[in-house]
Parts: sequence; C-alpha cells; structure tokens
Amino acid sequence: MSPAVDLPPAPRAPDRGDLIALFVERVEDYRALVTRCAPDEVGSVVAEVLGSASSVVPPGLGLEVPGSVVDDGWTAAELDAIDAVVTRARVGIAETGTIVLDHAPDQGRRAISLVPDLHVCIVDATQVVADVPDAIALLDPARPTTWISGPSATSDIELDRVEGVHGPRTLHVVLLG
Amino acid sequence: MSGTFVGMPAFPTAAREALADTQLRRNLAHATRTIRDKRAAVVAEVEGWEELRVAGAAVKEAALRDLATHLETLEASLVRAGATVHWARDAEEACAIVAGVARDHGADEVVKVKSMATAEIGLNEALEAEGIAAWETDLAELIVQLGDDLPSHILVPAIHRNRAEVREIFRRRMGDVGRPAPDDLTDEPSMLAGAAREHLRDKFLRAKVAVSGANFAVADTGTLVVVESEGNGRMCLTLPDVLVSVVGIEKVVATWSDLDPMLRLLPRSSTGERMNPYTSTWSGVTPGDGPQEVHVVLLDNGRTRALADDVGRQALRCIRCSACLNVCPVYERVGGHAYGSVYPGPIGAILNPLLNGVSDEQTASLPYASSLCGACFEVCPVRIDIPSVLVDQRAAVVDSHRGDRVPKPEAVVMKAAAWTFSDARRLRWAERASGVAGRVLGRFSRTTLPGGRTAAGRLPGPAAGWTGARDLPAPPPESFREWWDRTDGGHRPDDDQEGRS
Repeated sequence: MSPAVDLPPAPRAPDRGDLIALFVERVEDYRALVTRCAPDEVGSVVAEVLGSASSVVPPGLGLEVPGSVVDDGWTAAELDAIDAVVTRARVGIAETGTIVLDHAPDQGRRAISLVPDLHVCIVDATQVVADVPDAIALLDPARPTTWISGPSATSDIELDRVEGVHGPRTLHVVLLG
Repeated sequence: MSGTFVGMPAFPTAAREALADTQLRRNLAHATRTIRDKRAAVVAEVEGWEELRVAGAAVKEAALRDLATHLETLEASLVRAGATVHWARDAEEACAIVAGVARDHGADEVVKVKSMATAEIGLNEALEAEGIAAWETDLAELIVQLGDDLPSHILVPAIHRNRAEVREIFRRRMGDVGRPAPDDLTDEPSMLAGAAREHLRDKFLRAKVAVSGANFAVADTGTLVVVESEGNGRMCLTLPDVLVSVVGIEKVVATWSDLDPMLRLLPRSSTGERMNPYTSTWSGVTPGDGPQEVHVVLLDNGRTRALADDVGRQALRCIRCSACLNVCPVYERVGGHAYGSVYPGPIGAILNPLLNGVSDEQTASLPYASSLCGACFEVCPVRIDIPSVLVDQRAAVVDSHRGDRVPKPEAVVMKAAAWTFSDARRLRWAERASGVAGRVLGRFSRTTLPGGRTAAGRLPGPAAGWTGARDLPAPPPESFREWWDRTDGGHRPDDDQEGRS
C-alpha cells in the first residue's frame, strides 16, 4: 500500500568509510564482546567462547558445536537450565551497533536466544549494513524479528546503566571476515 | 500515596506538596539532568536530525489524516496473519476483553510488558477485580507496583525513587508475591536488578497469558513493534501461549518502511541511546514460535475526540519518548504525580484534556501547568507544538466556563478590565487608584525585584491563587499619563516623583 500523501524522505546517514570498524566499535560500546576471525576459524572460536558452558543451537546453524543440544521445541523451563545459545543473524547495523535476528532456521525460535544467559551470535561481515533504513529494507515484516543492541540492560535505578536483567547477560558477537 | 490517580487534586495543590519534598526534587534533578545530557550527545551525532524529525512527524501525520482507512487495513492484515482483532471504545470495554481472554484460558495471573495504554485504562485494577493478578515485569514498573505507588514518568516510572528506597521496597514486598529478595540485598543497582531477575523468572516460566502494548502497528503488514531494554518484553511476547496486545489507535503507521525514521528517533529521544537493547516485531501467529493465540485490542478511549480537534490532533503523533518531560522546568521541580495521570509533563498537560475533555477541575488545571518556555517543542522528535496546544487548551478551559452561573474570578476581573479600558476617564481613575495601591504595597513589601522595583507578597482573596506562586510587581506610583501631564511630555524638569523605578 502506498502512503496517502508524499512523505518527505528520512535522511540517510553518510556511508561511513569502514562499516565493519564502526560496527565493532558500536557493538563494543554496548559492553558486548566481539571476536573477529576468518570463516574457517569459527568452530574453534565458538568452542573457546563457550568453554565448559552447556549450549543449545538452532536446527539450521550449519556449524558443529561439540556438546551442544539442537533445539527440539524445548520448554522455557528446560531452556532455563542451559547456559548458552549459539545463533547466526540476518543483518548487522553499523551506525547503532545492532544485530537483527529474523528467526530463520539458522537462528531458531525466539525463545532459544532469550532464556540462556550467554548469547553467542555469529555475524558475517557481508551482513553488516550502514544504518537502520538498510536493515528495514532487507527484513521481511511477515517474520518475527528481534533487534539486539548489546546485552539486556536497564537504567531504571537512578539512570545508572546495569547489564543483565531478563535477557542474556552476556552477548558475544563472533564476526566472520 | 495510594496506587490510583483517581481523586487527585488539581495541579497547583498537588504541585505545592511535591515542591516541599526535597528528596523527590533531588532524585528528579539528578535523573532528568543525566538523561538530558545523554540525549543531547546522541542527537548531536546524527547528521540531519531536523530532517529526521520532519520525516517522523510526516509519517505519523499521514497515518492520522486517514486513520479510518489505515485501521481497517491493519485489522485485515492482522486477521490474515492469524491474530484476533477486538475494538474497544473505552477503558471498560478494553479491560473486559483482556479479562475475557484470560478467563477463557483459566488464567489467574498474567505477565505484563510495560505499556502506557494498559496503565491508561487501569487494566491491573480491573483484572484484580476479576481475581486475576497482573505482574508488571519492567523493573521500574515492578518498583512502582511493589511500592503501591504511582508512575511518575513515562519512560522511567520510578524516577522519583533512589536506590535506597528501591532496596527497602524489594525487601519489604517481594516475599509477599513470590520469591523474596535475598537477605544480603544491597542498594547497588546491579544487585537490585539481579533480585528482580530472580523474582520474575519464575513468573515468566509459568505464565500462560501475557499482556503488552505496542510502540507501533504497521497497517499494511499487520506487524506490531515493542521497543524495550530489559528483555522482560521479549519474555512476555515469546514464552506464554497467549498474547493480548492493547494498542491505541494512534499507534498506526502505514507501511513497514515508515518504521525507519521512528526507530531512529525513538531511542535517541527517550533513553539517549543509539538503539535500545531489544526491539521485537511480530505479525500475528508464527507456527512453532512464540504465542500460538494472539489478540489485538484496538483502543479508542478518547483518541477520536482528540483527532477531531484541529489544533490538538498533533498530540496523537506522540511516540511516548518522554523527552519533553526531561527538559520541562515545571516537571523537573514537581515530578510526575502532581499531574494526576499516567501521562505527566508537557505531553500529559495536553494529552489528558484532549482525551478526556476539560469538564473536571483536575484535568482543566493541566494546560496551566507550564511556563510556555517552548523547550518541549524543541526536543519533541515528532515536532508536536506543545506550547501552541497548551494555549489552545487554556482557551478550551475558559470557553467551558462561559455559561457558568457563578463566573470565575478571572472572568469577573477580565470583564471589569474590559469596562475600564473602553473609556479614557475610567482608565485614568483606575490608574490613580493603582498608583495609591502601589505606594501602599511598596511600603509593606519585603521583596525587591531585579531593577529595584518592589513586589507584593501573597495577596489575600482571589488574588492568592496568582501570587501564591509568583512575585507580583507593585504597581508604579505614577502612571505614564500623570507623568506626561506633570512634565509636559518631558519638557519640564522631572525630579520629584517618588518611587521612580
């Protein structure tokens, strides 16, 4: 449906020279952790990040994570007993340091990336775009989407930012390429 | 403080009490300054912020201009996506629909995402009357709920509380409604947030029904959007089997791409972040993921009344960012409770009369709860001209009293002034009387204004309402005409008048 009136276009952020550097800077600014590695190192980097933590992965992750369980419609209570989750993402936004999941099979149901306390999110450098309008254009509104900017946080007590209320308290972004 | 706004006194009375609370003023001053500084820093980062505001205002204005069509499109898209759509004319209808859904599933409790619309309609109280417990899961809303308190800010409802007060509330009340606060709870914000996490997790994991609002509703795709920080929103929107979203009809935008300016404007304006930690979007039911029964309640509750107001309509563009609260000198000094509504501050001062009319004294006092300094318009991300609407609503309040059998003191004064000013002789007599009054007041007054002029203290009678909050300069002992006569328009020496300012 086209808008009833012509709307003035929203301005776009100037394309920042190095999108990837900006993305890393902005994600880290939210006190999320970022590890960059080559695509063929992803398995060992993820294993190192997880350490001895128990983990769940979506059925379409496309990566062998030793010791992890594949999501099979686990209940929330069952997920609550698992330490970590490994997913991929749909798009990364450099300007705001945001990753967006659209819960395709490589990212899994919304619940698995929510209940465990550590979220390891694999983002390909080619998925990083400049700003919000680019992300909006790429996403399918019919799918549920979750936009994640750093770990769960609150500023409700004296406006002091505190990480970790109900969502994962640690977000670790593994950036490929 | 009891947990309801019903029966609150008019703003001037409530404000006077709030002004006497030094702890409250300290908490507020700290919080509003912090958030103002953060916002200013991230807004300055954006090239073309003004153009972005214009685009945001246009998106909302276009949606409002053809609201009926967009709402019908939204309903059709939602139904296509597997949701059930309900229409609610007022608070009572909306609460009954939500209670009905909970009852149908045998639920005696629901978990809630922070939502202004559900606070506006008093949903928690309505559900409680039906024997259904509604658990607020946003940290600030939890503090307010456990403290049997009222929200005092749109974004940070517990802004009036400091960490020591929060610790006290958690220790005293958490155990009554679920997992108690740990014995070694300190007033560190991270400890307090941790206690809230533990307390609420049980409730998230067992909840069958969740209630949310929505920040935006996309007409052509049937997508609802919730913007949040803590993940409590994601918990509610994802884990329970049944989701009921109460959505004010003004939340509609036409298309998915219209979300672009809104998602850039909202977080920077509200929390002063480039992006809030979590944004969830969903369209109806997704098989195998999230709630498998989704209800959307489209709420009017006075919005069509506001829509019919040519000047006031723009208030419906509001995206509840609360930037106007944080810059308002009046809000910063009295806090949110004095406004007697879930919508405090400058936006509340126009939204409440627009939604409810000005027939009761409390609502009618709100358009005057402003210095008209204009800071609220400067920061509004969707360019709501709040000062103009305030003035227009003041006119509405005055108009509503034109037929009164006993006129208001201001009306009597204005009528007398009109009579006086319409005749030169009368004006001269009035000026002479005022000169005498000025000399008398000048003798008695203890306040000296900058420039040396004296000011009257608190006057008795009907004037007390005016002088209770302001200095009234004493009238000049000599009027301009008298000075002109005495000095022949400045040609004769001017040396002996007393009280020259």
